[in-house]
Amino acid sequence: MIRRELGLVLVLVAAACAPLYLPAYELSLLGRFLALAVLAMGISLIWGTGGILSLGQGVFFGLGGYAVAMHLKLASADPGAVPDFMQWSGLNTLPWWWTPFGNPAFAIAAAVIIPGTAAAALAYLVFRRRVTGSYFAIITQALALAATTFIISQQQYTGGFNGLTGFTSAFGFALGDQRTQFGLYWVTVGIVAVTFVAVRALQGSLFGKVLLAVRDGENRVRFLGYDPLPFKVIAFAIAGVLAGVAGALVTLDLGVISPAMFGVVPSIEMVIWVAVGGRNSLLGAIVGTLIVNFGKDWISSVFPDLWLHVVGAVFVLVVTVAPRGIVGLMQSVRTRSLRLRPVTPPALVE
Amino acid sequence: MIDSGSPLLSVEHVTVSFDGYTALDDLSFALASGAVHVLIGPNGAGKSTLLDTIIGRVRPASGRIVFKGNDLRAVPEYAIVRLGVCRKFQTPGVLDALTIEENLRVAVTQNRGAWHAFRAKPTAAERTRVDEVLAIIGLAERRNALAAELAHGMRQWLEIGMVVASDADLLLLDEPAAGMTHGEAEATARLIRSLAGRHAVIVIDHDMDFVEQLDAPVSVLNMGRMLAHGSVDEIRRNPDVAAVYLGRPREGDVAGR
Ligand SMILES: Nc1ncnc2c1ncn2[C@@H]1O[C@H](COP(=O)(O)OP(=O)(O)O)[C@@H](O)[C@H]1O
Ligand SMILES: [Mg+2]
Repeated sequence: MIRRELGLVLVLVAAACAPLYLPAYELSLLGRFLALAVLAMGISLIWGTGGILSLGQGVFFGLGGYAVAMHLKLASADPGAVPDFMQWSGLNTLPWWWTPFGNPAFAIAAAVIIPGTAAAALAYLVFRRRVTGSYFAIITQALALAATTFIISQQQYTGGFNGLTGFTSAFGFALGDQRTQFGLYWVTVGIVAVTFVAVRALQGSLFGKVLLAVRDGENRVRFLGYDPLPFKVIAFAIAGVLAGVAGALVTLDLGVISPAMFGVVPSIEMVIWVAVGGRNSLLGAIVGTLIVNFGKDWISSVFPDLWLHVVGAVFVLVVTVAPRGIVGLMQSVRTRSLRLRPVTPPALVE
Repeated sequence: MIDSGSPLLSVEHVTVSFDGYTALDDLSFALASGAVHVLIGPNGAGKSTLLDTIIGRVRPASGRIVFKGNDLRAVPEYAIVRLGVCRKFQTPGVLDALTIEENLRVAVTQNRGAWHAFRAKPTAAERTRVDEVLAIIGLAERRNALAAELAHGMRQWLEIGMVVASDADLLLLDEPAAGMTHGEAEATARLIRSLAGRHAVIVIDHDMDFVEQLDAPVSVLNMGRMLAHGSVDEIRRNPDVAAVYLGRPREGDVAGR
């Protein structure tokens, strides 16, 4: 146990020191993929622990991204002028719901609260009707499609297909500056660490145990006096918040948010990261996100058209050969080398 | 069997039908606090359905069930449990992904709200209760093993332990001794007798040796109706009961729900 904690601290230190030894391009990739790992940990919580498969996490990622991007857009516009894409659409006054995003604190709060609230509302409305399993997955998939279609159709308010981009500064820091990049990287590493510790504590709590039991059979939990609905809604809202945070970080990092980043296909890819790493393991969510995304970057640079085929093949392979993902494979190798001592998780009651 | 005063549980003229098939037919039944009561009857008689109706898994087409003065018709399943009813299912329903101790912890916790579960630390009383139940069901040594790893008999024990740990006023035990060895069944009967007084218990079973050990009044259910009430001896001598059991394939041949 202590050795494992020590390992995690070492990984954290190595990650924090990456600006010292990684080339700029690799560092920027690592920062972005770590931000995505925050979203992936949310999927691990709802899917691995709660058994809720969402094919629409991109929507919450997008909400977080737009909340921050709206602020950056207003901060980059000339004083008193509306953002450039609104002028191109012939819009000369700022819509009322854009105005509060001029305040940076409001935008940051909105990047957390809006995705969290949207996720909670969706989960409440759907799970209240006792809709589960693949029906829920299809609903979230449809939501991802509807959200991107809607944003593209509202070009004068949202920037349409191109999204929001062309920012000059972020919260007072110059975006192109290397120090800003390092700062953003460290903030990301910090958020990853805090998320990991918090979600793991949640999984170890009574809440996490009941959520795990809900995954295996809602009725059994009901007949022990627990209402599964609030457990699922809260877990889904947490995953929505984590997706929103990831969207905000990636938007800051790339300087753009657009529907192509969070539609149907990206939402499915998000689930694949977690499946590859191992959906029952929080660490697996991070590992899977990094491996799949670095793989995507490498393959796309060598064979630009191949990526979607590769990711599809990888998914089929994981589902058929290693349903517990990379972390699951490593665990079974280790258990075998330890002469098959069964792995018992730590006790809940000390 | 119908007590004077207000009973803990009263089932009043309950009818349940599944697609036209009447599983419970205008059934009435009452139970006093702390009383142990045995329910027997051939396979398909409606015993499990009666328990399903009490815990809200099945809703009656007519009639009502009153528990501690609450009409249960519109109460959600989880809320019925919170009123003080806990059930062991015929097929053991332990939480496979959790350890034995965690199963009991989930069952013993009285504040079952989601927000509370974030920060819930077991109270001293709950911790003691978990240890007691672990000792009673003989699984203290294996408290950190996953429930999924348990053999069938042990799963039965764990689920009985969960029902006991819930400390509900009414415990419903659906075939608790099924699949147990003679010795295990004896221990189960001892445990159930020790619950009397503190909990009301309805026990479903069909093994008359086991029922005899429970030393409690017996009701016989047949085709959704009460056929007879009495002591074990009276039931044994009852010609109607003998006819029902002789005229049908032996209970237990077909796995019920
Ligand atoms: N959910 C259900 N849907 C349809 N039929 C059911 C359902 N539950 C029970 N039944 C039927 O009701 C009858 C009584 O079943 P049950 O209460 O399980 O009997 P037992 O006395 O063996 O426990 C059986 O004929 C069974 O097939
Ligand atoms: Mg039955």
